[in-house]
Amino acid sequence: MTVIVFLLFVALVLAVSRYTSRRAQGVGGYFVANSSIPWGVNGIAFAGGYLSVASFLGICGLIAFFGYDGFLYSIGFLAGWIVALFVIAEPMKRRGTFTFSDALNRTFSHPGIQLAAGLSVLVVSLFYLVPQMVGAGVLVEPLLGIPHYWGVLIVGSVVILIVAGGGMTSTTYVQFFNGGLLLLVATVLTGAVLFRGIDLEQLPPEEGGAQVPGYEYRVLPAQIDGQSVTVDLRGVRLVDRHAVLDHNTGEEQTVLYRLSHLVPAQAGPGDVYSAEIKGRSARFNGRSGPGWSIEEIDGGTYVRIEDWWRWEGGTSSHLAETQARTVRPDGVVLMNGAPDGPENRIRQMGGVSALPDAYGRQTGPVGPLRLLSVFADQDTVVEVPRNTSFATSGGERVTVHYEQSLAGSTFMRPGLMFPLEARTGEPAFTTLLNRLNFISLMLALFLGTSALPHILIRYYTVPSAEAARKSTIVAIAGIGLFYVLTMYLGVGSIAAGALNPETSNMSAPLLARSFGEVLFAVTSGIAFTTVLATVSGLIMAASGAVAHDLMTNLAKREVSDAAKVRAGRIVAVVVGLVGIVLGIAFRDMNVSFLVGWAFAVAASANLPALLSMLFWKRTTAQGIIASILVGIGSSVGLILLSPDMWVRYGFDPATAPMPINQPGIVSIPLSFAVLVVVSMATQKRSRTTAGAAPGTA
Amino acid sequence: MSSLPSPSAEDHFERRKTGIGVRMTLLYSLVYAGFVAVSVFRPQWMAARAVLGLNLAVAYGLGLIVLAIALAMLYNQLCRTPRQSGAEGGRP
Repeated sequence: MTVIVFLLFVALVLAVSRYTSRRAQGVGGYFVANSSIPWGVNGIAFAGGYLSVASFLGICGLIAFFGYDGFLYSIGFLAGWIVALFVIAEPMKRRGTFTFSDALNRTFSHPGIQLAAGLSVLVVSLFYLVPQMVGAGVLVEPLLGIPHYWGVLIVGSVVILIVAGGGMTSTTYVQFFNGGLLLLVATVLTGAVLFRGIDLEQLPPEEGGAQVPGYEYRVLPAQIDGQSVTVDLRGVRLVDRHAVLDHNTGEEQTVLYRLSHLVPAQAGPGDVYSAEIKGRSARFNGRSGPGWSIEEIDGGTYVRIEDWWRWEGGTSSHLAETQARTVRPDGVVLMNGAPDGPENRIRQMGGVSALPDAYGRQTGPVGPLRLLSVFADQDTVVEVPRNTSFATSGGERVTVHYEQSLAGSTFMRPGLMFPLEARTGEPAFTTLLNRLNFISLMLALFLGTSALPHILIRYYTVPSAEAARKSTIVAIAGIGLFYVLTMYLGVGSIAAGALNPETSNMSAPLLARSFGEVLFAVTSGIAFTTVLATVSGLIMAASGAVAHDLMTNLAKREVSDAAKVRAGRIVAVVVGLVGIVLGIAFRDMNVSFLVGWAFAVAASANLPALLSMLFWKRTTAQGIIASILVGIGSSVGLILLSPDMWVRYGFDPATAPMPINQPGIVSIPLSFAVLVVVSMATQKRSRTTAGAAPGTA
Repeated sequence: MSSLPSPSAEDHFERRKTGIGVRMTLLYSLVYAGFVAVSVFRPQWMAARAVLGLNLAVAYGLGLIVLAIALAMLYNQLCRTPRQSGAEGGRP
């Protein structure tokens, strides 16, 4: 059914695109839908284009895994719209025709501005495009059971059809269609979450129709003395030990013990054995294999496996079961010590294990404020999935997944993803960097929205400045409502215990699955159209930038409207293909994280130029060009030198030249400063052209 | 029957709108900066019960979203053109 619903949504999107593409005639029709989109439709299209997979899948997943810190993205993403409405919307519409470089360049008519702005649109669009493409693959892989690259290829192909065929008109109505559906499904899911409330007995059916029962991870009493462990497991032997260190303090956070032990097995026909391991049925072909062996003891048949157990450290005298995926040097994959296979896959994790006394074992249906209040109670205990990856001395790559018990009052306040509070033993400089990183992210989110190219071009699809304002207000209302709902989708996901510990991005669809296959199929289909809508807008913005801004300048002659449209279509195809390649190449990158960087690049490259053009009379063309180029260069450069990128290069993140991951706190002020300094230095040259005072917009 | 505002009246109106927009942006920026400051420098306050059974973190976060929507609506009311206001019998 999921496949049918998925194909139905793709067909609907293509039908909407085909139906509306007839209006995309001429340069105005192709690039700005003849500025004829009604403000209400444009407002919902704003929401449909803006609410990307990072908002729908990314934020829900972050809230489910990191509690309140995920909601910080919702707050920042929405707050940025205030700048867009109050400062940018109407002046942009009044000053521009096709792209935001029109508005920047209206006073100066300088080819350099158009080139720099066009380049900026391309860079930001590509930064934003990669996570969308990656998200498409992440979604399609478990949904349709096809490889990641197929998801990227499908999205790329459909979007090329939408944009190259129907231009901005088709893109607008696809985004409108998606925005409406997204709000609808988020509202329905929230209603279902509130009706269900919190139930400590809740065990989600894992594979929908298969109704695989839930599994309670074992916690066994143990005697732990340095390198030796005594625990009640048959034939137990200690094989390995791995300590997870606190990134900031260097102290042992938790210790993992690799134990070899026996599990009862059943012999089947043809030398095949089966055993139940952590509620899953595992199959073993033959008497032994990599990492396991069959043993006969006292007339019983057992399989000896090696799996990982967690000790919380300190005075704890218990070992807790975990889930572990091991990739051996020969490429063999083991799940919990047994061969990986369709029936031995990773289990969902998460849940609520305790409620305040007043509620007993379940809350029953609750109101929206009550649900959040119960979640934030200090007597509520939330089981949050955590993982750690490391290499063993034998060259195996191991990822261990376990649950961490947290009080609700800790889960529902900042601190799990962004460690803002100084902890015992943490150097003061580390605390300072953690705080700067957080401030930098919140700054980029606040200032980035109004500088995103696929948002800026939407001011030109409506007939007037007043319509631009009204459509922005509709967008704020729709997006604001959606972001409030993300909180319920996030906490609903963990309350349902429906989290895939290997990817937080699947939290919203898995929450839907806990209510039944139909809702799961519809939610997944809408998530996929979300990718289509956002990617269409980005490719449209890139297409306009190249055809309208870069080509006109590089050709150094007047380009006909027909040639611009033709170039726009070709660029849409090329950017779509580049997006496909990058989406496949960056498949392991975190979706929300990359989007955060796109905001930082947009805020650094575009916002200083936009604000100074509107509010500072002494702005010069040279100042704008320098600000855009420095904004792009510094933000992208600092990202490439950040600790997270250092890890990807295979270096120690502590040695990264840029000590924090978010560049905005450096690159945004730097871009402003360069604009002021260069404008002041070039006053004489630009005196004749800089006179037309912005500020009166 | 109302008439179009004169160019100078329109300029004046646009300047007024810009002024309102800038002030509202500053107001919202202050509230947003307060949120970031409390999160960074007094994160323990965020766990305290604030209103309607919600802790400060949730109440402040949801409040920022609701405030954005409310300010957007208010701005739209304040930015209606003299022609619109006149036709609807509103303020000049």
